[in-house]
Amino acid sequence: MNKQNKGPLVHIVKRAALPWYGSWGIRALAILLALVACALVTTVTTGENPIAVYAAMIDGAFGTVRKTWITFQNVAILLCISLAVTPAFRMRFWNIGAEGQTLIGCLATASCMILLADKVPNWLLICVMVVAAIVAGAVWGMIPAIFKAKWNTNETLFTLMMNYVATQLVAFFVIYWEVPKGAGKIGIINQSSELGWLPQLGNKYLLSIVVVAIVTVLMYLYLNYSKHGYEIAVVGESERTARYVGIKVEKVIVRTMVVSGAVCGLAGLLLVGGINHTVTTTIVGGRGFTAVMVSWLAKFNPIFMVFTSLLLVFLERGAGEIATDFGLNHSFGDILTGIILFFIIGCEFFINYKISFRKAAGKEE
Amino acid sequence: MFDFVSFIPRAIVQGIPLLFGCTGETLTEKSGNLNLGLPGVMYVGGISGVIGAFLYEQSVGSAGVNGFLAVFIPLICCLLGSLLMGLLYCFLTVTLRANQNVTGLAMTTFGVGFGNFFGGSLIKLSGADVPSIALSATSACFKKSLPFASNLGWFGKIFLSYGFLAYVAVIIAFVCAYVLKRTKVGLHLRAVGESPNTADAAGINVNKYKYMATCIGCMIAGLGGLYYVMDYACGVWSNDAFGDRGWLALALVIFTIWKPNVAVFASILFGGLYILYLFIPTGMNLAVKELYKMLPYVVTIIVLVISSMRNKRENQPPASLGLAYFREER
Repeated sequence: MNKQNKGPLVHIVKRAALPWYGSWGIRALAILLALVACALVTTVTTGENPIAVYAAMIDGAFGTVRKTWITFQNVAILLCISLAVTPAFRMRFWNIGAEGQTLIGCLATASCMILLADKVPNWLLICVMVVAAIVAGAVWGMIPAIFKAKWNTNETLFTLMMNYVATQLVAFFVIYWEVPKGAGKIGIINQSSELGWLPQLGNKYLLSIVVVAIVTVLMYLYLNYSKHGYEIAVVGESERTARYVGIKVEKVIVRTMVVSGAVCGLAGLLLVGGINHTVTTTIVGGRGFTAVMVSWLAKFNPIFMVFTSLLLVFLERGAGEIATDFGLNHSFGDILTGIILFFIIGCEFFINYKISFRKAAGKEE
Repeated sequence: MFDFVSFIPRAIVQGIPLLFGCTGETLTEKSGNLNLGLPGVMYVGGISGVIGAFLYEQSVGSAGVNGFLAVFIPLICCLLGSLLMGLLYCFLTVTLRANQNVTGLAMTTFGVGFGNFFGGSLIKLSGADVPSIALSATSACFKKSLPFASNLGWFGKIFLSYGFLAYVAVIIAFVCAYVLKRTKVGLHLRAVGESPNTADAAGINVNKYKYMATCIGCMIAGLGGLYYVMDYACGVWSNDAFGDRGWLALALVIFTIWKPNVAVFASILFGGLYILYLFIPTGMNLAVKELYKMLPYVVTIIVLVISSMRNKRENQPPASLGLAYFREER
């Protein structure tokens, strides 16, 4: 064995594109490993049988007809917010302010419901709510975009801060409109008259699912088959190329964030007008952040997002069931979600890169 | 008259966890890693300390607590817990080159869940016979201030009434500022954050610097969680009590334009803004108080915008912030 001419032991090279079954095989393997790791963690920390824990999770998400409907409703909302952040991400604009954009949509909807309930006919009220929610979300998304376009202000940090401004704004109005005085919450808005409640389709869960299904298809078409979608992709790949071919980058950034914010506003409308009929500071419940992961896990593809959001909602709902069944803390689900995410995030490396070990001397190349 | 003598110590106490978080994150960001998992890291730091202290107190009984061990064990646990989080982040983003934003957010989910889970279930899991986690004996050791501080009137109250971790925070911040600005290690670290290609060409081990900066940064940030539980909250863990301080610490990093020595004062300012609503006489109008709580974030946005408008080179974020480095990519 000659001791010289040794390269490093491991050498990492970028892969050419894997066939689809290769990349999805790696992802499936990662999820499988993640479930094993979760089972280990569950057994070590709680002493419960992991199989029983997983069975309880499935029961929690799909155990009864009602639970299944709620699961799909949650999927719809999470999917809607994930769809909202996607155009921006394709442009490499890291919008982590979906939480705030949705919240401001919720606030706009709720304020219409409170202020206009007895003054205009119900159909007009609902129209105003739709417009208000979408405009509010769009404006909230547009503010960081304008600064990004004009002065290249860091959008990740800007949108993050906007979340808390929105939260405090909601906190202000919750106390301003609290019912009864001193309760610190608004309660169900227009409970007896049901003014401004979005109409039901069949049962109370279906409307948001249908709306989001439509949005999914539209977003897929928008991103893949429209001129706007193409411009977004070019700006994301290379801003210089975009400028060279005559795309107005500033305009694309602002326009895309308006779309992003508007869809978030729509999610807010569904949350307040269709589901909760009230507004609180925690109504979005971190979905704005979860949406970032949903979108990224699906490689920014709206159709795959249906599955990734289902996975994350399943984990969350299942974990809730574990918590009640085994007397554990509700946050156990977050730990499991975290572990599974780490595995999926890690596995992307093996999709994009190939590790070649140093060949032993004498062996063929 | 505005009561400064009682306001300033409370602002400082609020500011110290932010200062720890901010110093740690500054160090991390200088290496080009934008660690959005900071809130999670601070939670894990806090709860690791709590677990250590809890097990120790349970094993010796709260009467036989040895002052040195009571401080030492939680401290080590806290550093270890946050170090593991830092290693995890580095492994995913540096070695496996994963997206930093997604990794960070996943770490926040995990860390906050970890904290709340063990905070809520520690008693059940360890089978101890106590109603809630109240580590008053350990907390007393952490909170011990100089014995003569209370005799010095307003001076003692403003400058000397804190537990030792508060002074540690200030010292760490100044040391970090010095290292970053005046030493060779700091120069290399900044080079890695600004342009890893250039740094690599100059013979700096980029991955090593990224790992070191992020892990040390996470350990410092974890201390913020520990300080919050042991000193501010008097050893009582309650779920979600730490709140959005982790994000506020991230805001503080921008506010201080990546300078830990500025952070010492800015953290007190932020702490003050955080509790200002308690001191402003608004009468019965509780709603307005919620608007005051918005102040730290609004101020941060303004700083962010102004610093990007003025576009001065030394006030910009590290140029490669948020980007993974791969030597063979050109």
